[in-house]
Parts: sequence; structure tokens; C-alpha cells
Amino acid sequence: MLIKRRPDIASSEITTHGLYLSRRAFIAGAAAVALGPSRAAATQTPSAEPLAAKPSPTFRVDDPPTKFESATTYNNFYEFGVDKADPSIYAASLRPRPWTVRVEGLGVRPKTYDVDELLRLFPLEERVYRLRCVEGWSMVIPWIGFPLASLIKRVEPAGKARFVEFTTLNDPEQFPGQKKNLLGFSSLEWPYAEGLRLDEALHPLTLLTFGMYGRVLPNQNGAPVRVVVPWKYGFKSAKSIVRIRFVSERPRTTWEKAAPNEYGFYSNVNPTVDHPRWSQATERRIGDFRRRPTLMFNGYADQVASLYAGMDLRKDF
Amino acid sequence: MSQSARVALKSVVWTACLLPLLMLLHKFWADDLGANPISYATNVLGETTLRILLASLALTPLRLLFGISWQMSLRRLLGLFAFFYAVLHFTVWVVVDQFFNWAGMLADIRKRPYITVGMLALTLLVPLALTSTTRMVKRLGGLNWRRLHRLVYVASVAAILHFSWLAKKGRTDPYLYATILAALLGVRGWHWAARALGKRRMVALGAPSPQKRVAGAP
Repeated sequence: MLIKRRPDIASSEITTHGLYLSRRAFIAGAAAVALGPSRAAATQTPSAEPLAAKPSPTFRVDDPPTKFESATTYNNFYEFGVDKADPSIYAASLRPRPWTVRVEGLGVRPKTYDVDELLRLFPLEERVYRLRCVEGWSMVIPWIGFPLASLIKRVEPAGKARFVEFTTLNDPEQFPGQKKNLLGFSSLEWPYAEGLRLDEALHPLTLLTFGMYGRVLPNQNGAPVRVVVPWKYGFKSAKSIVRIRFVSERPRTTWEKAAPNEYGFYSNVNPTVDHPRWSQATERRIGDFRRRPTLMFNGYADQVASLYAGMDLRKDF
Repeated sequence: MSQSARVALKSVVWTACLLPLLMLLHKFWADDLGANPISYATNVLGETTLRILLASLALTPLRLLFGISWQMSLRRLLGLFAFFYAVLHFTVWVVVDQFFNWAGMLADIRKRPYITVGMLALTLLVPLALTSTTRMVKRLGGLNWRRLHRLVYVASVAAILHFSWLAKKGRTDPYLYATILAALLGVRGWHWAARALGKRRMVALGAPSPQKRVAGAP
């Protein structure tokens, strides 16, 4: 289902960024006139900077990409706030340049990369992946990046490194959602920590991502660098990464710490294993009216099912 | 309260209660419901239900605490508006979200606690809405009617649980609503306890028991 001939939508048919921006500026201007200062006016126009990449002939799904506006205004990114509108509203507070990513851990000579140096290490490709949120909605996003495996093979972690840990920036000045609320509570434990098994991180689908929709990552989507792991629920794909570390023990992830019975380490998309509070059998694709069945491993079962052979996915959810 | 003041008060409440629906419809026509319109509409309707329900439960505490009673005439109006939004909230779930997937919805009602208590809250509001007319109050008699309408306490607790159990981690508003409900019910509990205690004391002193209150609110 993944190996494709020609995409149904030629990239030429996707609205160019310049046109998109001019439309958006028009809409925002009209909204500002009609409503005065409002959320519409407060919402940040996502980064305009184009990012060149070769479209991958193999890693693309048939489904039409989600509207860019939806993908940049409907986000779960608790660092900006718990509401899905918060990331687009507060996006401007994040400064994605200059930015460094520390790569370290077992067997690795520690190195701090400037993000612009990192993105030039390997050729960038554009891949169209499904994105399934644990909440029961989904999108289709054209990401830009290179396989995380390329970086891992370059830094050569030691044999006893069995997991990779990702750490997101912890800076309440740039991430207002990391501030404590009036009662002194944090929405989550910061910094945000995520992790993958090394073989998951080495899987060709796992993308170290710097852009989407032909441009650099908008702040609300995890600028300047994130991972995308398309067969797992969205929260497994760490955003705004400042550290990649190779470890021998399974890292405890932020959502595991927050609710261990609801968010497991694996969190593979699985329509047969429900979230304790709701069913995962169906999803609403953003832009669609009717729900659709959720696919095993988000439709990537052919590629990734073997990673979990012999495992009880109800136990290791 | 004069007739004109009553009309003015009710107009204000009607407008305030209809406003969330009008704003929702406006956003619908302006194509401004965001990336996930169904979820947005469901949330707005559910939250409006909760707010109006809490407002309807705030009238009696105002009387008990401050001795003012002009607001008591709004009980039926607010109660019916809460029911109205609850029905809209439910209708969006059935028609738009689940698209008449009865088997799926029944399974959810049985399996998902937040949906179970949500259904419970709505179901409990139905007899209250049906007996809201003046004729039904007369037919049931004031005492029975008041007893029946105490179901609203159970319904409101169920509604708060419905919201808290579905809300994602990190949201603070479920706690806020729960605190408000606890305060509104707490005022009643405190008042009842004080009255029961007073009655017992009077009986102990050999005084005749106080007259039954007829105008008392549930």
C-alpha cells in the first residue's frame, strides 16, 4: 500500500506557498477589519522560508494532504498550551534559530550540532505520511527530512545502546505552556521526553524532520527539528528536539509518567487496543465528515509489523 | 418585582442563553469552526450545557446566602435552556459524530464511563423538562415535584464527571466547574443541616415544630 507509482495529487497542484500566504494575509486582513483584534489576528503566520527537497517516490500515501491551514492551527503541543489552538497563537514566542542539537550517549562521541549543519548532513526528501493522533483524529502531511537511521549510522552508537531518547527544549520563556498555572501546577513534566527502541529509530520510515509542505517547519509543528514516526500515535514524535541520546535502558517518556495506564512506551497505532477511556477503532480525518476505520500500525503494517513479532500488543501498548 | 422588570430580566437571560448557539451558527456559516468542526461544536454545546446548569443551580444559594429572591423566577428558564443545549450536544454526537452508528454508540455507553455518566445526566434531565410546566407542578403537587426535581443534583454531578473524565490531562477547567458545583451544593447541604439541627433543638425544647415551607426550593 505504500509503494507508489505516481501520487494522485501532483506536487504542482498543491497550493504554492506564496499563493497560500497571500490568501492567508487577505483572510487575516479581512478578519482583522471585521472583528478587530482577535484570535484570527493573533494567530501567527507560519514560517515562509522554503525548504527544497526531492519528493520520495516510495514513501508517500495516496490520500490527499491535509490543508496546510488545518495542519498549522490544530495541534497538540503542550509546550505552547493544552488547547489545540494554543500552538498557532503562541508560535511566535519560540526562536528556532540559532538552535543546537546535542547528540550523545553510549559509544557516541558527544557532538553539538547547529541545526543548519544537521540538516545538511544528508539529502532531504519529501515524504507524505499519515498522522494519527491518540485522540482519534488524523491528518496527511508532506514532511521534509532524512531518515533518522542515516544520522544513527553516522554516529555509530555502541552495541549496548538499545534505545534512543529525545528531549524537547525546556524554556518557559519560549514555551508559555511550560509555565505553572495559577494553582502552581504544570500540565506535564518538563522537559518533554520521548523514546524509541533502537530498531524503531533505525527503521527507514522514521524521519528526522526539518520541514513540511515545502517549507521549514512552522514553530507550532515542532521547529526547527523533530522526528516523525508515522506508525505510532502523534505524541511519540518528539518536537523541537535539543538532545538525542543513546541509552541501554528504556527511557521513561513524559506521557508514560503522566498516565502510565493510558500511554504506553510503544503507543503503536492499533485499532484493536482501545485507549482506556475511548475506542481507537475509528478516526476522523481532518477535513472529512464521516469517521473512517483506523488501520493497523496506521497503515504501515507491511513495513513495521515484524518489529513487534511475538509481542503481546495489549500488554506492550 | 414589577412586570416590566421581569420582562427585562427574562429578555436578558434569553439573549445570554441563546448567544452561544448564535455564535456557533455564525461560525458555521462563516466556515470558521476550525480544523475539526464536529469536535468544536460538540465541545461548545457541552460546555454551554454545564454553564447554564450551574447557573440554574446558583439561584437558590443566592437566596439562602443573601436573602434575595428575584432570581428564583429564572429557574425554569435556565433549567430548560440547559436541557436544550444537552439535547443539541447529544444530537451532534448521534447525527454528526457517530452518524447513527447505534451499535457503536450503545457499546460506548456501556464501556466508556464518561459516556455512561453523560447519558445518565441527559436521561435524568428528561423527566425534569417534561414536568416543567405549571400544570405538571400542580398535578404532581409541590412536595412531589420538589422531590423529583432534586434529580438535578445527581444530573449535575454526572455532567461534571462526564466532562472531567473525557478532558485531557493538563486542563484546569473541569476542576473549576467541579469546585463551583461543590460550592453550590455545599451551600444547600449546610443550610439543610442547620435547619435540621434547629428543628431538633426546638423539639427538644418542647416548642411546636415550624411550619412546613411551601415556597422552599429544592
